[in-house]
Amino acid sequence: MKLRSLTAAGVAAALLALAGCGGSSDGDSGSSGPVDLRMTIWSANAKHLALFDQIAADYKKDHPEIGKITFESIPFDSYTTTLTTQIGGGNVPDLAWILESTAPDFVSSGALEPIDKDADLVPSTTTNWEKDGKLYAYPFSTSPLGVFVNTDLVKAAGRPAPAQQIASGTWTWEETAKTASAVQARGKGGVVVGDFDYKGWDTLNSIWSGWGARPWSEDGKTCGFDQPEMVDAMTFIHKLIFTDKGMPGPGVTKDFYAGDSAMILTQISRAALLEKSKFKWDLVPLPKGPSGEYSVVGQAGIGVFKRGKHADAAKQFLAYFSNAENSAKLAQFFPPPRKSQLNAATLAKANPLLKPAQLQSVVIDGIQRGDIKTSHTGYAELQQTVRAALDPLWKPDADVKTVMSGVCSKINPLLAK
Amino acid sequence: MTLLLDKPAPPQAPAERAPYWTMRRRDTLAGWLMVLPQLAGIVAFVIVPLGLVVWYSVHEWNVLGGTFEFVGGDNYTALADDQRLGPVLRATGLFSAGLVVLNLSLALFLAVLLNQRLRGTVVFRTLFFSPVVVTLVAWTIVWGFLLQDNGGLNGFLNVLGIDGPNWLRSGGTAMASVIVVQLFKNVGLNMVLFLAALQGVPAELYEAARIDGASAWARFRRVTVPLISPTILLTMILTIVGSLQVFAQIAVLTQGGPETSTTVLVYYLYQQAFQFHHFGYGSALSLLLFSIVLVLTAVQWRMRRRWVFHEA
Repeated sequence: MKLRSLTAAGVAAALLALAGCGGSSDGDSGSSGPVDLRMTIWSANAKHLALFDQIAADYKKDHPEIGKITFESIPFDSYTTTLTTQIGGGNVPDLAWILESTAPDFVSSGALEPIDKDADLVPSTTTNWEKDGKLYAYPFSTSPLGVFVNTDLVKAAGRPAPAQQIASGTWTWEETAKTASAVQARGKGGVVVGDFDYKGWDTLNSIWSGWGARPWSEDGKTCGFDQPEMVDAMTFIHKLIFTDKGMPGPGVTKDFYAGDSAMILTQISRAALLEKSKFKWDLVPLPKGPSGEYSVVGQAGIGVFKRGKHADAAKQFLAYFSNAENSAKLAQFFPPPRKSQLNAATLAKANPLLKPAQLQSVVIDGIQRGDIKTSHTGYAELQQTVRAALDPLWKPDADVKTVMSGVCSKINPLLAK
Repeated sequence: MTLLLDKPAPPQAPAERAPYWTMRRRDTLAGWLMVLPQLAGIVAFVIVPLGLVVWYSVHEWNVLGGTFEFVGGDNYTALADDQRLGPVLRATGLFSAGLVVLNLSLALFLAVLLNQRLRGTVVFRTLFFSPVVVTLVAWTIVWGFLLQDNGGLNGFLNVLGIDGPNWLRSGGTAMASVIVVQLFKNVGLNMVLFLAALQGVPAELYEAARIDGASAWARFRRVTVPLISPTILLTMILTIVGSLQVFAQIAVLTQGGPETSTTVLVYYLYQQAFQFHHFGYGSALSLLLFSIVLVLTAVQWRMRRRWVFHEA
């Protein structure tokens, strides 16, 4: 009997200890002791982290109450899933990077603290992060999509370089498709859409925006996949893959950065990957589509969580992290959303790999004109549903119109929520 | 007798308490101490989470908003209304059935081959067992490269003049690919279990059967199979339960696609709970999975008397 109660006590003690491990961190929100801050990010780039650490170290000099400031890298693929799981498990970070696609989820849920809006911010960069006139995240990286071109491959295929086509006003999707198929006919890949891989369909907005197509209406209520512009754009993409053979097909990998494809549509921040490239390359704006010139902007915001342990301290740190001085430093990796810094001179200092003309045409014009990438509440479910419904399109004999109507019938119930 | 009777009674020993730590008590303590770490682990990582899952399944939990509301049986009625659940259960059944049939027959076939004292059996045994000790995700990623349209498998088929399909991109071949990747990963374990069972079959029984004029097939059917039937039951239960838990292969190779052809129940509940943040509904799905595993295992356990030797 004694032994049994002894054992029971032991088990109880062990469980209490286990529970204590999880709960002890709740107790340090009092005024005593230093305040530790944690920001989740999806970059694991050593140069990015060194810059963040340096900004944090400068901040701590004037803020003795701050203990540690940690930048926690989470792999991009599972970023939002990991972040929300941390929040669900009670391990709420003080600050977090947030992807533009999930902005409506975070902003509308009430999870974020409102922050001060600097008058210097370009208005188009903050719309995604506002609700009822309040700003809920700082749009720290506003990165337009451009086309990186392997000019060696284009030349070898006997096609004019995109820069020449821009000069002569023939830089269109039609011409791009011809260049892409000419290169692919020689065994390399034609044009690649970065992060698409026949799953990340939302990256195709770098093409369909040229047709004036949108996945859903601006209010998010009406499906746009079955609209004529989208059907035309998808017909073009389907033809580019299966008829013109200018885009590597499903299940085929062609790495642009290793010199295996002619062009890639991606964010300009990827220029860093070309630092040691063995081929000649150029960066040009997206080609003209049937509806004219256009640009697409990828975006990341930094938000402060209401349920973080030190929301006020986190807000103060965010204000410092994103002030004009630090924004100029961050501009070498993350295009700034500030009017005062959105000029070729500031950007050129920070982006030695890019020429001023490239920065002007792709970055500055791009941000001011740009459509922010697709977003919606309940984005992950929409993303998966569209992915599954679009799968029948990635076959040579697919009927584009039928597939696109199918996408709408699948997502309509989700859009109506 | 008298002598004995007359013997003075031994002086009464002082009333001494029997030592508390008798052998029996020591054994009990040792036993408890040995199972305690495991027991604490099961309580902390199985029993408590299981209870929590039941609790979550009757709530609507908005992770971002921080709200947690009681919704009663709503998540369970949602199971009945979910149009995606039918295809998911079909994919799960297809995967499990395909895997169990292929795995058990291949494992038994290999074990029978390796049980013939032939040259090179050690090499083959090692060859088929080695995937069991390889990290699951590494194994799956390598297969992912092989199964690409321009990957190793189609490259090999090309040499033979065959134009291979795009394995992971069409419904039928994607499911077949996932099954085969899992099959070769674990067939070695069942093979070793079968081999051990085969080596336990007494040689005299085969000899007697041979004298009675039984053919090789009849000896296999009438002697081998009944005697290794307990192992067949064990491997069948393990493989079915394992097949219902498949996740990493799907996450790495197909992410449930093309369309929803490889979205099995575990992957679907992961999507619902962790990607779409429907933790309540995800919990209801996991209890559905739990009851499926429970029912299947119980059915096999009851059926064992019919076909497992020693159990009749």
